[in-house]
Amino acid sequence: MTTTEPQPGRTVAEVVTDSVAALEGQRGALLPILHAIQEALGYVPREAIPELAERLNLSRADVHGVVSFYHDFRSEPAGRTTVKICRAEACQSVGSTQLVDHVRDRYGMDLGDTRSDGAITVEQVFCLGNCALGPTVQVGARLHGRVDPAKLTRLIDSAVAS
Amino acid sequence: MSPVTPSVTVYVPGDSAARSVGADDVAEAVLRAGARVGQPVHLVRNGTRGMLWLEPLVEVVTPEGRIGYGPVEADDVDGLVDAGLFSGAEHPLRVGIVDELPWMVSQDRLTFARVGVVDPLSAEDYLAHGGLRGLRRALEMTPDEVVEEVTSSGLRGRGGAGFPAGVKWKTVLGCDGPLKFACCNADEGDSGTFADRMVMEGDPFLLIEGMAIAAHAVGATEGFVYIRSEYPAAVATMRTAIEIATWHGWLGDGILGTSLNFSLQVRVGGGAYICGEETSMLESLEGKRGEVRAKPPIPAVEGLFGKPTLVNNVLTLTSVPAIMADGAAAFQSLGVERSRGTQVFQLGGNIRRGGVVERAFGVTLGELVQEYGGGTRSGRPVRAVQVGGPLGAYVPPSDFGLRMDYEEFQAAGAMVGHGGVVVFDDTVDMAAQARFAMEFCAAESCGKCTPCRIGSTRGVEVIDRIVAGENTDENMALLEDLCDVMTDGSLCAMGGLTPLPVRSALAHFGGDFLEPRIQPRRPLPLSTAPRQETA
Repeated sequence: MTTTEPQPGRTVAEVVTDSVAALEGQRGALLPILHAIQEALGYVPREAIPELAERLNLSRADVHGVVSFYHDFRSEPAGRTTVKICRAEACQSVGSTQLVDHVRDRYGMDLGDTRSDGAITVEQVFCLGNCALGPTVQVGARLHGRVDPAKLTRLIDSAVAS
Repeated sequence: MSPVTPSVTVYVPGDSAARSVGADDVAEAVLRAGARVGQPVHLVRNGTRGMLWLEPLVEVVTPEGRIGYGPVEADDVDGLVDAGLFSGAEHPLRVGIVDELPWMVSQDRLTFARVGVVDPLSAEDYLAHGGLRGLRRALEMTPDEVVEEVTSSGLRGRGGAGFPAGVKWKTVLGCDGPLKFACCNADEGDSGTFADRMVMEGDPFLLIEGMAIAAHAVGATEGFVYIRSEYPAAVATMRTAIEIATWHGWLGDGILGTSLNFSLQVRVGGGAYICGEETSMLESLEGKRGEVRAKPPIPAVEGLFGKPTLVNNVLTLTSVPAIMADGAAAFQSLGVERSRGTQVFQLGGNIRRGGVVERAFGVTLGELVQEYGGGTRSGRPVRAVQVGGPLGAYVPPSDFGLRMDYEEFQAAGAMVGHGGVVVFDDTVDMAAQARFAMEFCAAESCGKCTPCRIGSTRGVEVIDRIVAGENTDENMALLEDLCDVMTDGSLCAMGGLTPLPVRSALAHFGGDFLEPRIQPRRPLPLSTAPRQETA
């Protein structure tokens, strides 16, 4: 979950060092550290993996295994804004499949795609806990309920323009 | 000096669901309108009352009680204020005194007693509304006595499995060790469930109190609340609440002046559904891949970092303060058969009045869907209801007489689960829903055991073949066989219960598999998560 603007000015090594220093005292610190790295850089770069393995006394395979297991951790940067469409059952019952179709038909994007200009990434998510007010779409950090294709168009267009 | 206008207290929910339909804009508009008419406003961002179809629900404190208006849009606010919002005047959006609405009055709100009522992060509010009574009483008792109280209340795990909480607590208490953990599973990934999120956002001290009681009872000194990353607001609220509680001495060393030491922290998940399975959650807390563990050993004996660990769901732990405050007998007197106390049912999907209904066990599915829910939002007939999340069965309206009771649902080939109720109207294609159950399992399987990892992918393929009319009889037999293998051979409930929605769709809506109801859409790829190359 990215809650702050990525800070691409910092090198991967600096971010890894800072994140490890801040969090290594915690029990089972790898997940909090990975979240911190992704928050700082917007993704978990490949070169972070050997650094983390070295500092945390883990094997590279262990670290890579964790990074690749969790949907949250990206191996490459996402678009400036991430649009997550809930595809779980409650949102399906009120038309989330039409939203997925709409994104494909209108924007030519499939789930998982990033626009060529890097403006947005569209992803699926299974449940945002807003099941009585679906279909639910998360744009950046903000949740939107009762989204229909027209509302989704407005959300995406304003994200692209921002 | 001119007399000072007394301020009026206005509640606008800060709950994520309310915010998803514009509560932040409404809150700003209320403040602006107050300034415009010279009325000082004390704005409280409460949790939600759980009447989500009325969100954003604005409440104004008047001598008669809290008067509600909803659903309010930001553009409505000026008109509302001019009509006399601040004195609770009439308006087409006025719903009346919120506490007296039939939806509220007919519920048995134990766990959700304060949610939507109080300022979630106000320690004063918490105490004024009965907070800490349970912890105080528990601290006057020995751990054995607390465990006995929880056992005799009949409380069962609310996460879905329904395992008796007291038995689990007793096991952890009986383990030696200088170090034991108490963990709260707040990885509420089931579609159609949002009660954990709502209680964490709306009454976070309740969960803290429940965990402190648990820590005292089992001898734990450290605790974690494992919250899914899809719930950033719950994460933020819980973290702040833990700081406040620690400052007040409700957590930390020497809790409430006793010898109890218990520190608590929030851990954020990584977007993996499987981490709601308790052993997978423990792996994740240890910083590893969230792969399930084989049991035994059970976590109560050998859990987090190999130490005795209590793992309970949010709703289990938040039921405990009321049990301790008012005694096991009061809780035990609610419910039916072996399902005691209340369950927080969550009405979602295609439903007219969605939200939270906390009722004693024994309420029927039909009451929840028709009376509370008012049928579908689309106005079309209800065709199926999925109860208990993505691993729960699809139930047809002919079974609406089923009482909410763990055993009664199980006997009907369904499950109560975490209390989620997702409604579908008559346009639903149940073959597509069955396919989705397999697709979801394929996307979210941890991959440790073969029946789940491979079976789910094969399940998607077999259903596709059946729907396409290829060797239907043979493929139906194959699907049945596959469901048997997944049920009997999977390591955990993910693979073990995925056949439940599939089989219930086949049993009740078998025709959908043979004569597709709607034009088949282009199927979505099995997993659209970006794949990563191996290192």
